[in-house]
Amino acid sequence: MPLKFEREMIVLGLALLLFAAFSVSLSGFFTTGNLLNLVRNVSVLGILGVGMAIVIIGRGIDLAMVSNMAISIAWAVKLMEQGMPMQAALLCGLGFALLMSVVSGVLVAYVEVPALFATLAMGIFVYGFGHYALIGSDLVNLPAGTDAIRYFGSGRILGLPVSVLFFVVICLAASLFLNQTKTGRFIYAIGDNYLSSRITGIPARPLIVLQYLISGLVSFAAGFITVATVTSIDTRIANSTMIYDVILVAVLGGVGLSGGKGKVRNVVVGTLLVGTLFNGLTILNMPYTLQNIVKAVILLIAIVIDGIVNPRDEQTAQQGDI
Amino acid sequence: MKRFIIKATGAAILGAASLATWGQEGIDDPSRAATYAAFKGKRVAFVPLGMGLDLTEAWAAGMKRQADELGYRFDIRDPNWSTDAGAQAVTQLITEKPDILVLHNPDIQVYARLIQRAQAAGIYVLQINLKSSSLSEGFVGPDWVALGEKVANLAVQKCSPKNGGSGKVSISQLTITAASNIYQMKGVQNVLSKNPDIKVVSTQGGDTQAAKARAATATVLQQNPDLCGIIGFWDGQDVGNAAAVKAAGLQGKVSVFTSGGGDKAQCNKVADGEYFAYVSYNASLQSRDLNTMIKFLLQAKPQPGTFKTNLFNTLDVITKEQPKPTACYSLQDMKG
Repeated sequence: MPLKFEREMIVLGLALLLFAAFSVSLSGFFTTGNLLNLVRNVSVLGILGVGMAIVIIGRGIDLAMVSNMAISIAWAVKLMEQGMPMQAALLCGLGFALLMSVVSGVLVAYVEVPALFATLAMGIFVYGFGHYALIGSDLVNLPAGTDAIRYFGSGRILGLPVSVLFFVVICLAASLFLNQTKTGRFIYAIGDNYLSSRITGIPARPLIVLQYLISGLVSFAAGFITVATVTSIDTRIANSTMIYDVILVAVLGGVGLSGGKGKVRNVVVGTLLVGTLFNGLTILNMPYTLQNIVKAVILLIAIVIDGIVNPRDEQTAQQGDI
Repeated sequence: MKRFIIKATGAAILGAASLATWGQEGIDDPSRAATYAAFKGKRVAFVPLGMGLDLTEAWAAGMKRQADELGYRFDIRDPNWSTDAGAQAVTQLITEKPDILVLHNPDIQVYARLIQRAQAAGIYVLQINLKSSSLSEGFVGPDWVALGEKVANLAVQKCSPKNGGSGKVSISQLTITAASNIYQMKGVQNVLSKNPDIKVVSTQGGDTQAAKARAATATVLQQNPDLCGIIGFWDGQDVGNAAAVKAAGLQGKVSVFTSGGGDKAQCNKVADGEYFAYVSYNASLQSRDLNTMIKFLLQAKPQPGTFKTNLFNTLDVITKEQPKPTACYSLQDMKG
């Protein structure tokens, strides 16, 4: 079997190359502590990436993920601050995240608004509504008496940070869902060819709503881990460029924006590349602005190599490819 | 003679009594009416970076309270962290011609021209906390350089090998180009250049986001487990640094030094041990300074653009040993 250089392999190769370079040149990089730290620092990005990947595989995109994450968890924390029991507050936050993502899903599946516009608008709505009606402040601090939440941010099981385990569990669950369940396979089918999947009897519209529902669930989980690790949530994150990073880790690792292609593995590879870069450059004490330049150059290198090794033509390109 | 004394005493008593009744009736302060008239129909407009922040909420609450009491109009145009929308809001306000504009500058350049235009149009301009390169009637905020020096001195005190520290500190900057960041950095450098025994092992920017700062600091702590202190520039971001220290199990060993407006939730973190020292510029007193300037300008009515003042705030250091509750405020109390 000839060796195939898919984008995933290229990115994995780059990540390994960087990893090796940092391990040799930076003392203190290749230590268990630092490697765990590396994964922990990108676990939220990775979790969001997994959710995004599921939507992209079904030929959608969810630009509302970061808003949904920030507002749903911030509302939950705000409710705790106002005296609501922790579990009830978390349920409210989760309910809000799910409701908003279902609205996105219905807009895409039934009203047939293109996902790009529907979720862009929903993201702005969620942030605006949450800010105006639910939270009222940008920064919400986790109140006292919430040690159970903090445990997810700073606790360890068998020496592994709980937030890293959380990422692993979400990856495994998503992978099982996509590969082993009928519904998961149907999502590939819808992403690959929406019309033929409908003709063959797949309940395409409800499944599209389900994709967004999953992405809402994942958003809330990511927000939960953020609050647990940082002990506060800054809703301004919804205005940041984080959503592009989320798309980046998914697409960089090889999830095709045209739908129907990609695995959770791809997200993990993309996340690890970004994580390795961030960790190594921080140890090098490179200024943040310069870090962005290096990050952009390395990502461009990955994409250019992919473009050369896997040129696009009529056969590989798909309708809807961005 | 005796008779005279009796008479005189009687007259004095009578006189005092009549004075007393006069005093009981009271007289009107003759300057009151003119003072209230000076506020009537006036308008103050506030363009913050974004509402929802402890600082902007505190300033707005303070200014609104005075406006309601004195009977002038107070408006907020919230650009929600967009520099673009902020510049548009200011431009629009210039055409609406309020009496006073209160600006919270995104950086030293963005509103510089607009401030001059506003003054030319006869509008007084006050600046809060973050200043522009063009000064106006009043800037209310900390002397950022002095603040940087103060925080750095606290860190040196704690971390210098002379005092038993490891001498290793890291610096957690904000958005690199913001006025607060540039000036504080200068202050920190002023102090560190005089203390060669302090080694800066890392200088990272967190872009005012706690999550970013946390990630960078987690890595720095991993690399330098003997780190002694983290010099932070703003409490809103340094929450992340404190969380990273706690997660690494180093609370009590690595000290976080930070500053901010003195929101109670933040001040409490000193007692909790999350921050070692907190320098407050007290947003509640800042709003009083703004209010004083507003009262002064509306009554004195100087020609706009004829004078420039810097109203630097008192900087209070809060530590576990010296909690200084007066340096902190709660928004609830400010709303009154």
